[in-house]
Amino acid sequence: MFLRALTFMLGLWVSALPLAAQSFDDLLTRLPQGSFSDRATVVSALAATGDLRAAAVLDALGAGELHVRPSDGALLRVTGRGTNLRGTDVLTGDAVEVAPRSTEAVRVNNSLRRTVRAAMGVLTLRDPDPMRRLNAAEAAFRAPDPEQLEAIDLALDAEDDARVRAALIQARATTILRGDAPVAERVEAVETIRERSPRVVIAALAPYRADTQPEVAEAAADAVATAERTLQLWSQAQNVWFGLSLGSVLLLAAVGLAITFGVMGVINMAHGELVMLGAYTTFVVQNAIRVHAPHLFDWSLLIAAPLAFGFAGLVGVAIERGIVRHLYGRPLETLLATWGVSLILQQAVRSAFGPNNREVGNPSWMSGAFEIGQLTITWNRLWIVVFALVVFAVLMFVMRRTPIGLQMRAVTQNRAMAGNMGIRTSWVDAMTFGLGAGIAGLAGVALSQIDNVSPNLGQNYIVDSFMVVVFGGAGNIWGTLAAAFSLGIVNKFLEPYAGAVLAKIVILVAIILFIQKRPRGLFAVKGRAVEA
Amino acid sequence: MTRLIDRRMGIFLTGLFILTVALPIGNLWMEGKPVPSYAVSLMGKYLCYALLAVALDLVWGYCGILSLGHGAFFALGGYAMGMHLMREIGTRGSYANATLPDFMVFLGWQELPWFWHGFDMFWFAALMAMVVPGLLAFVFGWFAFRSRVTGVYLSIITQALTYALMLAFFRNEMGFGGNNGLTDFKDILGFPLQSDRTRVGLMVASALALAGGLLLARWVTRSRLGQVLVCVRDAESRTRFLGYRVEHYKLFIFTLSAMMAGVAGALYTPQVGIINPGEFSPANSIEIVIWVALGGRGTLVGAALGAILVAFAKTLLTGWMPEFWLFALGALFILVTIALPKGALGAIEGGLGRLRPRSTTATKEARA
Repeated sequence: MFLRALTFMLGLWVSALPLAAQSFDDLLTRLPQGSFSDRATVVSALAATGDLRAAAVLDALGAGELHVRPSDGALLRVTGRGTNLRGTDVLTGDAVEVAPRSTEAVRVNNSLRRTVRAAMGVLTLRDPDPMRRLNAAEAAFRAPDPEQLEAIDLALDAEDDARVRAALIQARATTILRGDAPVAERVEAVETIRERSPRVVIAALAPYRADTQPEVAEAAADAVATAERTLQLWSQAQNVWFGLSLGSVLLLAAVGLAITFGVMGVINMAHGELVMLGAYTTFVVQNAIRVHAPHLFDWSLLIAAPLAFGFAGLVGVAIERGIVRHLYGRPLETLLATWGVSLILQQAVRSAFGPNNREVGNPSWMSGAFEIGQLTITWNRLWIVVFALVVFAVLMFVMRRTPIGLQMRAVTQNRAMAGNMGIRTSWVDAMTFGLGAGIAGLAGVALSQIDNVSPNLGQNYIVDSFMVVVFGGAGNIWGTLAAAFSLGIVNKFLEPYAGAVLAKIVILVAIILFIQKRPRGLFAVKGRAVEA
Repeated sequence: MTRLIDRRMGIFLTGLFILTVALPIGNLWMEGKPVPSYAVSLMGKYLCYALLAVALDLVWGYCGILSLGHGAFFALGGYAMGMHLMREIGTRGSYANATLPDFMVFLGWQELPWFWHGFDMFWFAALMAMVVPGLLAFVFGWFAFRSRVTGVYLSIITQALTYALMLAFFRNEMGFGGNNGLTDFKDILGFPLQSDRTRVGLMVASALALAGGLLLARWVTRSRLGQVLVCVRDAESRTRFLGYRVEHYKLFIFTLSAMMAGVAGALYTPQVGIINPGEFSPANSIEIVIWVALGGRGTLVGAALGAILVAFAKTLLTGWMPEFWLFALGALFILVTIALPKGALGAIEGGLGRLRPRSTTATKEARA
């Protein structure tokens, strides 16, 4: 406060004009006298002088610390009480000795305080610091005071910073609108204001929809309606973004399942637990990095991803070799056995790491957010969308363009013939299952950034990811992509109306009904393979 | 046609009868109370599980429908009885409100929601404990079977069904006590729930329900209809081509099974003293499947035994080594599916059959 006052003092020597100073002093002596409303008039007049010394006076007044010394009429800023009483001369900023009860406070009430704040805003319009001028212009925009129109005009004439000028023009518009200017001028002011961002337009113009001048009321109503439409559009865009974000999470959780369940026809109820193992791998990697090489922390996720893929993939291969292999052709038994695996994995992680959530940090490039228009996008969500799409693209490439992908498709389409062609079918089975499991591990790396890393992590996704695969049509990886994103977006569009839980229930019921209609999913595989 | 009570059923019912007589005597009339009260309630709980397992065996073992949502029917039955018990509390609740249960007063509700009306009468609650699960199963099954959703797909959507119900019942707005469920019951039909006599009474009721359920299931499965069910299980398309309306048979058995599960739930609630949305969790429903798989699917008696065994092991293990329970349960799932495809009963009887070449009708049936 004091420093700020001092800055104004410095400005004072440069800019004060003798005439203004004259009336300024008169005004100062009148300040402590009269009623609150008299004082308000004086405050506005002080601000209108444009004298920077007024800032210190008004600042003290607004804080309720302005005192007058009856003996010589000097204005002092008095802080503290009892023996800690400290005084400063408001005009010079010098410390002054103050004896208790030797001064009288200049009293303020709430309406006076408002006047003071507005007046301060006008005064700061003359500040040498452009940032501060900008803030002052914004303040004048938000709390316009018709009496300060002149001050704003003066400031506008003197202003040469483009941004501050723009802000001042806006402030001038609200001030004109608030006052009793001719209709044409006020309508023009409305037009000026509507260039601002929609939220600001609504806040500034909503009260004028009921203005006494019909032209103004109409213009304001139109501007507010336009702004509301724009906001509505942005909020739809925000919903789409949230939906894409949720969809990418679903895609990550489900795409591994699309391989094991969709392509191989094996129900892997331990899929969620493989996701959890990926998340815990991330946790372990981050811990190791924190201890041994803190400078690598930003790289932790990139280091964790291949490890999680490998670890979850190995566990997957072990599950396939140890259990699933014995149960081919008995899908319901596979379901039960892999459920057993999921219980064991859950409990193993719980025993090893404890039942509580584990802290997994965001690397710097994944924290924070940026804005596009009215849209706030957090970096971690954006990277997860990108990551999900990359994983999906790589998976498609592997399935379509590599020898192992070719073998996988051959084995799932016709095992016996693939075997006759010299493909080691049991090896391909293990690799396919391992691939699905490894992708689950990758999903775990991504989910560790947005969800709690706990032994129950996988349980939360298992029903959802099965829904996605079934909805998209088993055996169709593109269907999984479409299903994940459409379910995500529909979910987020339902949420504002129904709430998060109800939206989820509605989606589940809708999928249950949908499966009745199209038992083989959205994009069903056609032909003989269906009955196999 | 085989006899209604074959050897297997006879042995089990005799055992059940002895238990039902011995436990109450030991608890109520013998010097020094050799059977503690909690054991009676525990046994009652196991018997409810056994009835639930029989219900699942009816659809899975005989009709090949693996429902991963049978816990939902059980919980719905439990909620129906829980609602009656809540109304019975009356002015004895913390808020002493004669009509509104405590949680509704707490949430600031002014009047009883429409679906709570009638539950002050026991007969209505008992009826609803069967009708509501039955109706849900009927509607769900009508859609599912008509559009020929089978196998794994059906399992997954039944799981989604119970998951959706769990989420729904967790909501306070549903009017079923939200997270906490229904609890703090005082008495049933005027008998205080805490007294030993009531506990014994409930246990005996559970035993009777189990025996009744077993006999009913047995009667259904040995009838002509039961034969068709087995055909559906083993060759659905062929059965359809022979002219049977497969979906009608499935719908019938699914609904009947859901109603049995509802009865089990209704008997379960007063004995454990609480019913909450956790009962709907998909994990619970899958656990029922392992009871049946362990006992032997398509054996009815085996399912009941499996339920009692697993539940008993759970009580023991969670008491001694809580960490170990999930390992044991997980291993059980894997072992049973890989090593005991016919369940323990099937394996034992198969072993006996090999010792004695002249096989009994029971083993023939188990192999069928």
